Amino acid sequence: MVLTIVYFAWVRERIGIDQEKVALSPGIASLRDLAAWLATRSEGHRAAFEDMSRIRVAVDQEFAGLDAPIQGAREIAFFPPVTGG
Amino acid sequence: MISITVQSAPFSVDMALASLEGLGGGAIASFVGLVRGDDGVGQMTLEHYPGMTETALRQIAEEAATRWSLLGAIVVHRVGPMRPGERIVLVGTCAPHRRNALDACAYVIDQLKVAAPFWKRERRGGEERWVDARDSDSGAAGRWR
Repeated sequence: MVLTIVYFAWVRERIGIDQEKVALSPGIASLRDLAAWLATRSEGHRAAFEDMSRIRVAVDQEFAGLDAPIQGAREIAFFPPVTGG
Repeated sequence: MISITVQSAPFSVDMALASLEGLGGGAIASFVGLVRGDDGVGQMTLEHYPGMTETALRQIAEEAATRWSLLGAIVVHRVGPMRPGERIVLVGTCAPHRRNALDACAYVIDQLKVAAPFWKRERRGGEERWVDARDSDSGAAGRWR
């Protein structure tokens, strides 16, 4: 399964890229699993995902909880809590 | 009528609210958010999630329109760099009477603060830092449940 992962704000800055495509093994079932796996890809990834309480997620452009399944997703975004308005 | 615009250019409050005047309501309520200039911020930059931003704002406006029986709602939100005193966001609502227009307007901005994918970065002196989300914003959004 190939997914597009997109990053925003300081998550993007710490990782150093705004998006990447990844191929997942079947063992990665939830968004939390995905974040843990992404955290191993580089020092920047590790720093971005260091404190999961500061990370929010969207699956195919809808907010989702970290325990939500990845099944069927095409685009997953990781970002800090939003600060618009 | 729901109108959602995300743009980098400044917007006219007059023109945005005028779009609500033809709907037959007796009440139009509005909110405008400005870049605060009281604490040394030189420039603010708004990042967003293209695609999801418009969808999220439309969802919030549609929830408000249903819950308060609105005749129309408009949200205009700027992105990119802006300076203290400049307008960031406008919310406008139209209803037959004022109570629904006012409550729906407050609801939309309270929800937008916690449920629309924007991120603010501030520049002070030569340094840039990302603004942290506030607990008071999630409290404000929660009062509408």
